[in-house]
Amino acid sequence: MTAGHATTVEAIVREFAADRTRLLDIIEAVQHQFGHVADNAIHAIATGLGIHAVEVEDTLSFYAFFDRQPRGRCRIRLSRTPISLMKGAQGVADAFTAALGIAMGETSPDGAFTVEWTSDIGMADQEPAALVNGRVLTALTPADVPGIVAALRQSGAADARLPNANIRSSLVQAGPVLSGELGGADIIRATLALPPEKVIEEITAAKLRGRGGAGFPTGMKWRLCRKAPGADHYVACNADEGEPGTFKDRVLLDEFPDLVFDGMTVAGYALGARHGLLYLRGEYAYMWDRLQRVLKSRRDRRLLGTAIGGREGFDFDIRLQLGAGAYICGEESALIESLEGKRGAPRDRPPFPTERGYLQQPTAVDNVETYACAARIMQHGAAWFTGYGTRESAGTKLVCVSGDCPRPGVYEVAFGMTVNELLDLVSAPEAAFVQVSGPSGQSVAPKDFGRRIAFEDLSTGGSTMIFGAQRDVLDVALQFADFFVAESCGWCAPCRVGTTLLKQGMEKIVAGRATLADVTATEQLANTVVRMSRCGLGQTAPNPILTTMRNFPEAYEARLQPGPFAPAVTLDEALREATSLRAHAPVTAEA
Amino acid sequence: MAASPIRFSIDGIAVEATEGQSVIEACDAAGIYIPRLCYHPDLEPSGTCRVCTCKINGRNGAACVTPASHGMIVENETPQLTDDRRTLIEMLFVEGNHPCPYCVASGDCELQALGYRLGMVAPRLPYQWPKHTIDATHPDIYLDHERCILCARCIVASRMQDGKTIFGFEGRGIAMRLNVDATGGLGATQMAAIDKAARVCPVACIVIKNDSYRVPNGERRFDIAPIGSDIEAKRKQAAS
Ligand SMILES: Cc1cc2nc3c(=O)[nH]c(=O)nc-3n(C[C@H](O)[C@H](O)[C@H](O)COP(=O)(O)O)c2cc1C
Ligand code: SF4
Ligand code: SF4
Ligand code: FES
Repeated sequence: MTAGHATTVEAIVREFAADRTRLLDIIEAVQHQFGHVADNAIHAIATGLGIHAVEVEDTLSFYAFFDRQPRGRCRIRLSRTPISLMKGAQGVADAFTAALGIAMGETSPDGAFTVEWTSDIGMADQEPAALVNGRVLTALTPADVPGIVAALRQSGAADARLPNANIRSSLVQAGPVLSGELGGADIIRATLALPPEKVIEEITAAKLRGRGGAGFPTGMKWRLCRKAPGADHYVACNADEGEPGTFKDRVLLDEFPDLVFDGMTVAGYALGARHGLLYLRGEYAYMWDRLQRVLKSRRDRRLLGTAIGGREGFDFDIRLQLGAGAYICGEESALIESLEGKRGAPRDRPPFPTERGYLQQPTAVDNVETYACAARIMQHGAAWFTGYGTRESAGTKLVCVSGDCPRPGVYEVAFGMTVNELLDLVSAPEAAFVQVSGPSGQSVAPKDFGRRIAFEDLSTGGSTMIFGAQRDVLDVALQFADFFVAESCGWCAPCRVGTTLLKQGMEKIVAGRATLADVTATEQLANTVVRMSRCGLGQTAPNPILTTMRNFPEAYEARLQPGPFAPAVTLDEALREATSLRAHAPVTAEA
Repeated sequence: MAASPIRFSIDGIAVEATEGQSVIEACDAAGIYIPRLCYHPDLEPSGTCRVCTCKINGRNGAACVTPASHGMIVENETPQLTDDRRTLIEMLFVEGNHPCPYCVASGDCELQALGYRLGMVAPRLPYQWPKHTIDATHPDIYLDHERCILCARCIVASRMQDGKTIFGFEGRGIAMRLNVDATGGLGATQMAAIDKAARVCPVACIVIKNDSYRVPNGERRFDIAPIGSDIEAKRKQAAS
């Protein structure tokens, strides 16, 4: 790094007021400028913030989208999920490696390209998909690859004519929440007509429950947060949407951003908060500029800023925070750590975020869809909302359908719909199994297709991956096990080590080398990881294994070795090095 | 106004706690041992190992990071928890390389001692055989990453007690490592052998040179009495 580079880094640190809590943005900006964050840039950042280099490295090294070494100027990240693979992602990867003359994970010698795999990028309905320097390519085929590489070589990732660089609208079926005007002044006016406590009562009466997956009653969360003492209160919107197979928050932010910001503003009013934060996953960086324009337009219309809607004393604004490739940052306390510029390691509870969240102040973290629902409730009333869904699960759910299905996309359905009804709706009645709520959810077999999508039955964050009879349920479970290895934050031993051991156990089973004793040991280990892990990631990471063991025992039986024990490594494998050194096979009893 | 006393029960035994105490602190004071690994009484807890997990009001929670509260019902020594804790210790054994018979910490190592106390015979889990290098750049201390169990004690001690911030984590998941605040290794930092951070490592990752065999094998802390005996002795004393 030259002196000029050092000056640039210093300027970036100054741009963020040398605020340590903005470390993520600072690293982001340095990475954007130089393509990586070199050791001397780390030192310049540390000096500028008055912290230690080891602290900068702690944050920097945590996120998949930050690099300490130079990588290719064009950074191609292909999404690798069971869905992308069934749609041909491996062929696309092979076409890229052939066209570039490098293997996956490598950088071309001229420094022009890096091609690698990444976790789900929120495009499950238009896979195979990839990110190229933040731009999204969809519906890729091997035949597209030479044209893409040529365009990238010629004019880089910013090329307006980059093939496949379009995202099809994913909204297939809108329901009551996604119909009607896009939000704005009316919703804010209706909200301001009530005192803040009454707004919370309305949300409570609507029986709104969190759409991020856990289903916590939103009204209760807001009430707890409002009454928690603190110098400031914060409203955080969770747009990390990292659960593979989920893409509804992308649709909401792409097509209904005002509705989401309305919901956040409603929360700001109800909680007495002046600050809103929207945590946008790094994979959705392509939305950044447009969301900023929407925020600006809202400020211009007095829907954000001071005296919102003309109400003296109601000041509220929203800042966007971009993530950098870490599924765990969707966990609410990890999200808060990340918002504070740290590694995304969850916190132990209590205290809960509603008592001590962002900057140790009371914070309500809610999902994108939850805010959209809250806005509609203020518009149409609680009774309108409870008119849809079941007693326990009021309203509708945005279900993201992908996989072996002719009409993938987002469907807004009332809670209470059975899996069978959903499969008919999306024209996939032949499904052999459905992964409900992503890898952390469950693998549902046809015998359970009569179950209902609702918090009291099949609870879901929205991800609905459909698999036909030609798919192997254990292969899918292994790929999910791999996902959790890549995404464990590493803080606690059961999840950090357990996810790797579980993956190895599944590999042995899928390879047909496991005995019944191995399957039992894997099951026991899985249960220990569930019971002992610190946060929801570790507590649900074994689900793909445990739910397939429960629902598809025959798939396991078919792979078993007879006999009580099979070694983890074969004798030949263990002796391979010695054998090659001695240039002959070991002498055995039979020989 | 005097704060009302906090009373809770652990395995049926009544325990009193003071405001702000964690479950593990209150139980330590009462002479009840909850197995633990990353927790150190002089340091802020990090909750990394989860060995101290108890069933608290019916749900699993780590005793070192759970505040004691009135009326809590805690289960500690159940067969299930002992089994899960033993599995955690096994996981840490196979994650690193721990050659107890010839390790400098043998008899003084909390990981080894917990293995004994929890009845670990031999790890049933597959060894991961990670490759790590030894950092011998410091004149008085070496860092043997093969043994690090990522407990975070040294990180907390260095930041909060020594005021130095010499240690941090690097990477995530199974690739997570302990990192030091200098590209040149520990020798290029302000680390000193008298630092708190040099004296809290539960295993033989941070080792003070030329000091390891002052107490011979066979006469060390856990050669003499199982880990936790000191805490349990308090209760026995009180009872007699
Ligand atoms: C590993 C993990 C990942 C999560 N990812 C998300 C996510 O991407 N989006 C989300 O809204 N909630 C996610 N959650 C749930 C959040 O912790 C939290 O419950 C949610 O944001 C609360 O909002 P809600 O009540 O509106 O659902 C995740 C939880 C875990 C354990
Ligand atoms: S369970 Fe996994 S993700 Fe959660 S704190 Fe532990 S290591 Fe991190
Ligand atoms: S070096 Fe020792 S104290 Fe530090 S994290 Fe590793 S095991 Fe813990
Ligand atoms: S001792 Fe409590 S988590 Fe390690």
